[in-house]
Amino acid sequence: MALLDLLGFAIGALRGHRLRTALSVAGVAIGIASVLTLTALGEGARRYIVDEFAALGSNLIIVLPGKVETTGGVPFGGVTHDLTLEDHGALARLDRLRRTAPIVVATETLRFQGLGRAVPVLGTTAEYLEIRRLKLASGSFLPPGDSDRAGTEIVLGTRAAQELFRGENPLGQMVRVGPARFHVVGVLAPRGPSVLGFDLDEAAFVPVKTAMRLFNRTSLFRIVAEVRIFADMDQAKAEALALLKERHRAEDVTVYTQDAMVSSFSAILGALTLTLAGIASVSLVVAGVGIMNVMLVSVTERRAEIGLLKALGAAEPQILLAFLAEATILAALGGLLGLAVGAFGVRLLGLIYPDFPAAIPPWAVAASLSLSFLVGVGFGVWPARRATRLDPVAALARR
Amino acid sequence: MIGLQGVWRTYPMGEGVVHALRDVSLSIAAGEYVALIGPSGSGKSTLLHILGCLDRPTQGRYSFEGREVGSLPDGERSLLRRNRIGFVFQFFHLLPRLTAQGNVELPMLFGGIARDERRERATRALASVGLLPRAGHRPDQLSGGERQRAAIARAVVMNPAVLLADEPTGNLDRASAQEVMGVLEAMNRQGLTLVVVTHDPVLAGHAQRVVHLTDGALSGPPEVLTSTVEA
Ligand SMILES: Nc1ncnc2c1ncn2[C@@H]1O[C@H](COP(=O)(O)OP(=O)(O)O)[C@@H](O)[C@H]1O
Ligand SMILES: [Mg+2]
Repeated sequence: MALLDLLGFAIGALRGHRLRTALSVAGVAIGIASVLTLTALGEGARRYIVDEFAALGSNLIIVLPGKVETTGGVPFGGVTHDLTLEDHGALARLDRLRRTAPIVVATETLRFQGLGRAVPVLGTTAEYLEIRRLKLASGSFLPPGDSDRAGTEIVLGTRAAQELFRGENPLGQMVRVGPARFHVVGVLAPRGPSVLGFDLDEAAFVPVKTAMRLFNRTSLFRIVAEVRIFADMDQAKAEALALLKERHRAEDVTVYTQDAMVSSFSAILGALTLTLAGIASVSLVVAGVGIMNVMLVSVTERRAEIGLLKALGAAEPQILLAFLAEATILAALGGLLGLAVGAFGVRLLGLIYPDFPAAIPPWAVAASLSLSFLVGVGFGVWPARRATRLDPVAALARR
Repeated sequence: MIGLQGVWRTYPMGEGVVHALRDVSLSIAAGEYVALIGPSGSGKSTLLHILGCLDRPTQGRYSFEGREVGSLPDGERSLLRRNRIGFVFQFFHLLPRLTAQGNVELPMLFGGIARDERRERATRALASVGLLPRAGHRPDQLSGGERQRAAIARAVVMNPAVLLADEPTGNLDRASAQEVMGVLEAMNRQGLTLVVVTHDPVLAGHAQRVVHLTDGALSGPPEVLTSTVEA
């Protein structure tokens, strides 16, 4: 029996029971659509975060004081040597690094006239602006020059400026941080919430040397550096590590790339996506049981037909195939419909939240279509076997 | 062509058994026209099902075209049904979703015959039962007699050696019954072996030979039990 004839026969049988066919197709479609939508949401979350990091520059390396034994994670560990401004100066002379910026950070209260506000204050240098791709709303950033230069300039994040100055122009104004006085030279453009530990919109920036004295620190919090050529990331990282190892006579710093952080976040969120897809797959199992139910009813209702096919000389494998084909067609139709509905739903989501990069990943399309196929075959086998086992004499008898 | 020897068919029933057929021995020659008559429950359908390889004897031998077929595996028996045996039922058993043409094509579909040839052979079979004008009608658009003629076309479209009909006129009015019997007898005259189960002694009278069943056993004068035109 030719495959086309088999399919034709199966489709004919399905068309004979339109309502039943439509309902089980809908069951599979709902399952597939929910798998796709949830996967798209998970994938969207992953891409959102990865994009956030990429916006920070994926060609960054970050140096922390302290040695971390595990690799790939965000490092924590005990400090042995300080990470100093001299270390930063040495790193800055490395050829593969285009820009470097030292960072110290502390939460301090900014005061302007009667108002006070606690914000993260970053001590850094002019190059930080380019490295973090920050934009100015007005004024300028910290003045370029040696990291050893102390100064009294302060740059405010957009919200820090708003809340402290309430509409007044902050440029040129005096701001106090503890006992020290700073004059405002610039305000950053809004940046939106970030995946970093703190919100740059809320922060304030001062020269690193001044900050270390003010916060009473001997060690930097970290050094960020931008690698000249992306392909050189690994060498740059190794060179930085070797340089500091030599200077400290011990391997007591950790150098990691933004990439490592992105990929560990990406892995976590990828697992989340799979979990969502797994949960949604349960609805596919429900749809499969629905198909099985429909096929069992069909086998019971079509006893006479099966008996007749046997009397006409249809072999048992042919009857098995005919019923399996019906179940598979149901599932495949449901899969396609679910794909359409899922794609439509995700598109709709994209219209409502244009910033959220929800998208159905190609693997999810392939997986859900093959899953629906498996559901059809898997849940169709038992009813189909029942069909082949029917005794034709009993099936043909009118009882 | 057909030979039954000491065939029994029993069904377990509660503690004991029901004997649907008791020690039936019968031979039918190629081209013969045999009528099977007997009261309801006498085992006529059971006998026909065994002849048609839809059922197996509990005991005894069944040879078909010189081959012992009672104990063949299922796969070979379905090939026999497909290629050598045609069935006609009291309740037609046409698939309601298919047209007359589609129903006649059904055995060829499972027989793996190509589409064009299916069309052509179904058309010829429908013409031979005078149903060509109704080829595109579904069963619910056909009269009882037309339905049964479509079923006959379906039964002969694979060119079987024997046509087995179980009360083919049981659901028809007299005129349709005569039409249907006319078609069957015409096919017999062209050489098709015909076994018809019937209640109607008048119809049975048309047959070359009448076989009586009572309570699962053959009855009547012994000379009718074996054919005189043994092949
Ligand atoms: N599946 C079955 N189980 C039990 N008894 C059966 C079964 N099929 C037929 N019989 C019995 O076998 C006998 C013959 O039945 P059947 O061949 O249908 O008679 P007929 O066709 O002559 O009316 C009856 O007594 C019937 O009750
Ligand atoms: Mg009967």
